[in-house]
Amino acid sequence: MSESSATPAQRSLSKRTAPKPLGWLIPAVTVGGLLPLAVLIWDASTGALGANPVQRAELQTGLLCLVLLILSLATTPLRLVTARLGLAGGKGWTWPARIRKSLGLLAFGYGVLHFLIYLFDQGFTLSTVAEDVVKRPFVTAGFTALLLLVPLALTSTPKSVKRLGFARWTRLHQLAYAAVSLGALHYWWGVKQDHTPPLIAALVIAGLFALRLLGRKKARRSVVG
Amino acid sequence: QGQVRRPLGPYDTSEPITPYAQATSYNNFYEFGTDKADPARLAGSLKVRPWTVKIDGEVRKPQTVDIDTLQSWFPLEDRIYRMRCVEGWSMVMPWLGFPLAALIRRMEPTGKAKYVQFTALNDPKQFPGQRSRVLDWPYVEALRLDEALHPLAFMAVGLQGRVLPGQNGAPLRLAVPWKYGFKSIKSIVRITLTEKQPKTTWSIAAPDEYGFFANVNPAVPHPRWSQATERRIGDLSRRKTLPFNGYAEQVAGLYKGMDLKKFY
Repeated sequence: MSESSATPAQRSLSKRTAPKPLGWLIPAVTVGGLLPLAVLIWDASTGALGANPVQRAELQTGLLCLVLLILSLATTPLRLVTARLGLAGGKGWTWPARIRKSLGLLAFGYGVLHFLIYLFDQGFTLSTVAEDVVKRPFVTAGFTALLLLVPLALTSTPKSVKRLGFARWTRLHQLAYAAVSLGALHYWWGVKQDHTPPLIAALVIAGLFALRLLGRKKARRSVVG
Repeated sequence: QGQVRRPLGPYDTSEPITPYAQATSYNNFYEFGTDKADPARLAGSLKVRPWTVKIDGEVRKPQTVDIDTLQSWFPLEDRIYRMRCVEGWSMVMPWLGFPLAALIRRMEPTGKAKYVQFTALNDPKQFPGQRSRVLDWPYVEALRLDEALHPLAFMAVGLQGRVLPGQNGAPLRLAVPWKYGFKSIKSIVRITLTEKQPKTTWSIAAPDEYGFFANVNPAVPHPRWSQATERRIGDLSRRKTLPFNGYAEQVAGLYKGMDLKKFY
């Protein structure tokens, strides 16, 4: 009996009797990803954000967005690398792919929060914001990165994958690489002098991208050969 | 807390003073590190006594003087100045010190002297931030002689009635309130009068972003952000930035005929 012919009741029963391995993973990532937000809110309410709390909150949410985005992009290369190493029966780890969506959505959430804090900082003066977006490459890069994340967040449901078709959905979600690169550039342009942290981010992104390209080449060759 | 209660002088602002805790914990002082919390955390490594200041160049009385002797030459004055950082935040700082003009006049500049160059301490043992080359050490700043002789240009040795803390530039720093904060060099060890315009640290690091004059100017944006507004530390919302940081009446005359968009 194929799985699809099982009745819904049977399916839910089999789910209950054989819990998915690592079922705690997504809840753990979600809670862990929201923890920095809770700390931020707590610090803001106790005055622990220092002399310039708005700027501090702006910086922290921006950084969280970038780090989470990088983590979500690390999931596929992690599977490719572990497959190359012959782990998990040669297939590579499958669990990273399962937290990719949560990481991506968390990143988007922090990105939106980062933008809202920036808007608050500008007193919601839309003319100033528009001028910033158009005239200052630093802001243009960050704003574009966030815009690119919008369609990705909107199509993060399994339904969207079905509707778009897997190939098109995958192509669309390659925008994440453009977004993270623009995010790193925004970070680079945002610091005054010490470029070490944005440089580390850029190198990690470049490394992840290289791993994917290598993985893709290998996959093609193995298909041909 | 710590409000200065005395009649205000002609150069004082009557705005609320930035609390001491914030003025001494949120500092840009890259000699200690690039994070604003680094200076307060690491200032203990700075030894401010004994401390000497070398005064040389185009002066008739070049000399190296101990900080305590130098301080004893002038009656100390209070000055409540606004301080506007190029990053878009500001504070109100009650400095204690003496006018820079008094020191320069005492050294008797020669006819060739046109600029005053300041050099900060260069010692990676005391300044851990100098172990990385984020800037070209030592930190150097300079003023045109007429700017340096302006009564607002001030040498600070104290803050809010106390000895200047390390993170705020002990034991001797400059305070030029109509310019962005980075002009007000900290922990000075040398003052040189020169004929030619000295190269200054931030204008070497990023010449298109930080000019020699660095007068506070809401009409000239930093290439990466606007300078039209600022956040006064302690406020949640921003306020408009004033030309010359609100000191236009006193100092605008120094720049008559100059295109301040070109000489930013």
